[in-house]
Amino acid sequence: MSGGPIEVVERDFGELALNMGPQHPSTHGVLRLVLHLSGETVIKAIPVIGYLHRGVEKLSEHLAYDQLAPVYERDDYLAPTANSNAYVLAVERLGAIDVPRRAKWLRAFVSEWQRVASHLVWLGTLGLDLGGALGGGTTLYMYCFREREKILDFLEELTGTRYHTNFNLIGGARYDLDKTSAAKSDALAASVEAALPELWAMSGSNPIFQERTRNVGVISKDLAQGVGITGPTLRASGIAYDVRKAAPYDAYGELNFDIVTRTAGDAEARFQVRMDELAVSLKLVKQIVAGLPSGPIFTRKPLKNPKATKLPKGEIYAAVESPRGELGFHIVSDGTAKPYRLKINAPSFKNLQIVPHILPGGLVADVVAILGSLDPVLGDVDR
Amino acid sequence: MPAPEIVAVLTSRFSAASFALGVEVPAASLLAALRALRDVHGYRYYVLGSGAETESSFEVAHAVRNIESNDTLFVKVRVPKDAPEIDSIAFVYAGAEWQEREIWDLFGVSFRAHPDPRRILMPDDYPGHPLRKSFAMDTPWGYRPATPGNPEAGS
Amino acid sequence: MSALLTGWTGAVVFSVAVLAVAMTCVAYMTWLERKIAARMQNRIGPYEVGFPHGWLQPIADVTKLLIKEDITPRAADSLLFNLGPILVVVPALVGFAFIPVGRGLAIVDHAYSFLFFTAFASLTLLGVFAAGWSSNNKYALLSALRMVAMAASYEVPMILSLLIPALLSGSFQLTAVVEAQRGLWFIAYPVVGQVAFGVFLLCALAEGNKSPLDILDAESELVAAYNVEYSRIKFALFYAGEYAHTLAICSLAATVFLGGYLGPAFLPGVVWLMLKCVILFVLILWIRWSLMRMRIDQAIRINWMFLLPAALANLLIAASWVVRK
Repeated sequence: MSGGPIEVVERDFGELALNMGPQHPSTHGVLRLVLHLSGETVIKAIPVIGYLHRGVEKLSEHLAYDQLAPVYERDDYLAPTANSNAYVLAVERLGAIDVPRRAKWLRAFVSEWQRVASHLVWLGTLGLDLGGALGGGTTLYMYCFREREKILDFLEELTGTRYHTNFNLIGGARYDLDKTSAAKSDALAASVEAALPELWAMSGSNPIFQERTRNVGVISKDLAQGVGITGPTLRASGIAYDVRKAAPYDAYGELNFDIVTRTAGDAEARFQVRMDELAVSLKLVKQIVAGLPSGPIFTRKPLKNPKATKLPKGEIYAAVESPRGELGFHIVSDGTAKPYRLKINAPSFKNLQIVPHILPGGLVADVVAILGSLDPVLGDVDR
Repeated sequence: MPAPEIVAVLTSRFSAASFALGVEVPAASLLAALRALRDVHGYRYYVLGSGAETESSFEVAHAVRNIESNDTLFVKVRVPKDAPEIDSIAFVYAGAEWQEREIWDLFGVSFRAHPDPRRILMPDDYPGHPLRKSFAMDTPWGYRPATPGNPEAGS
Repeated sequence: MSALLTGWTGAVVFSVAVLAVAMTCVAYMTWLERKIAARMQNRIGPYEVGFPHGWLQPIADVTKLLIKEDITPRAADSLLFNLGPILVVVPALVGFAFIPVGRGLAIVDHAYSFLFFTAFASLTLLGVFAAGWSSNNKYALLSALRMVAMAASYEVPMILSLLIPALLSGSFQLTAVVEAQRGLWFIAYPVVGQVAFGVFLLCALAEGNKSPLDILDAESELVAAYNVEYSRIKFALFYAGEYAHTLAICSLAATVFLGGYLGPAFLPGVVWLMLKCVILFVLILWIRWSLMRMRIDQAIRINWMFLLPAALANLLIAASWVVRK
């Protein structure tokens, strides 16, 4: 096998090789797409990643288990708690560490709020991609971020930071929810739900938007399974797989909700799945607040030495449903206080793999619509 | 935890050994085992491909899933360190293409008949395979790939 | 007043006055657009410069653009590169010469001034294409290709819809067209006027590169497209040229559909004309900041499958009505 940079060769007259480089307003981060175009039609698309690779897996082999939970929040930086949730889940399963029930419900609570925030970012940036920074897209973007600011302010009240909340501990949660915060959460859920019809009117019910996303980037069921795409992208192609239902973790085994699926597999179906998931998540946060069990949120003995947590020898794989899909941690432990090998199963990495399969045949304008509907986060892709 | 019937089938057909998350097959029967899993047993969904390094060998693990029966199975192979080469399953599961590129990039295990054998996360002319235990964490960061305008930069 | 404006000196004075007013309007249209767009998006818009409403923002923008470095790519075709912005701005400003600001009062009061205006308005296409081609940049080239396809297509229904006022007033002279609206503005003519105005508005969106038809400089795809390689004064000229072009089209629409300088006598005709211009501009803004962008093939299909037949049918109905009258 050889290394070596890809050579961008224009083979025929009339074929244009365009580099949607790492710096581009609509590649959702530092993604480089080498497009071979014939006029406006894409013939070949080669994604080049690695611009945001930070070596998290190598770092994991040098830090203790207790120190590692906040590190992963920087991977999928739009839903940080999902990453650390998956990690602590894997560690707790391997080490047979108990988690109090209230902590499980609180983990689900913060995860669902971050799912709402992440989907709002997705919708806003989809508007920017489809509408342009000097047009209707910006209006949709501003409306989505207005709602998201409220959510981030609430998370700041709850945990102290807007974003990388550092919420999950091995064996429990770090912050608790008191009565005023619970009431605020309910009010916030109601206000975001009230804003949803406006967001729908600006996007889903708009004929221009429908034209831009219907039959664009269709992913068939077989392709979906072979490539291994996950999350709303998978559910929009007709495969009803949601980790929250298939392998319930935290409070999801006890909560009452439905999986959202569509069969069309095009960008519009992915859009509709995520919009419906927004509504489902808002209902879930209300359910969680209503049914929150009482009790402690952390019951392990206080740690004198953070490097003391040793896991037994073995392997484990545990996954959560992040807003992008199945986010899993495969940990190989050799009995010491540091992981021997830690592999992150990143949903955006797998979803992005479908790009060379579905981009050809579409126009340049479709490239942006498809990337937006896949919702990749480059921190997750590159780790 | 993988379904015991599948583990039994694989053990008998491919002389596999079972472990906590799935089976370990001999390197020569990796392709056949995965083809059987996909075509006969319905494990059509590709979950992840991961590499690891032990004292004496590299391990490559592919995880596949049967969506209907909701079962995830890890299929592991061991390759010797002095000849780290294994068959590529990119034509069996399309999702393995990038995962195998990542294992090549970070561990140095090469995949026979891979459709696109390039590094994926590190720069194309990076020397070394970072996730090997022999690759020090504090490798000097001053490495810069040589460019046409600055041929001295590469170290 | 017409006596003052005869002769060469009169023509120069008039031209300078109109140009000055037009350029000031262009500058403050940018301010208006940013304010209205901001309010639509739950924000404030220009605020600091010229506190508290950002009155001095356009001046600040122009000053900033003037003190930047002027970069020309080495491989760019320098003649076309420098010609591009000029070809975009000048035809838009020339268009203002034909708009009547009072009874019989236009810098150029020609028997075919209507046609001249549309001819000049089409020249901006050349400027954009020259810019896109000469930049030696694939993004700019893609944008230039889209522009030629789209702008040239949308001009056909635009001119067809502009023929309605010419038909209804019986003349191609803009002053005569306005005078013929003394009884009823052309937009108010049943069906014929409204359809013509609607078609014209859509084509104006396409010509002025406003969402949903701003495919030309699709910022999120082509990163500022045809003017991606431009800096300093040339970029300022493109920017101003786009607004001047939009304003010229708005003033043409105000003249031929909304009665130009006609209005109750408590305000001079010029003010009425500017008021109508601004209202049309705000309407275009409103559409621009609400809707997403169409794809190029969808936009062209709408043009040939929908706008052109509508404009043709409209023209036939108007012609038969005029003949029968």
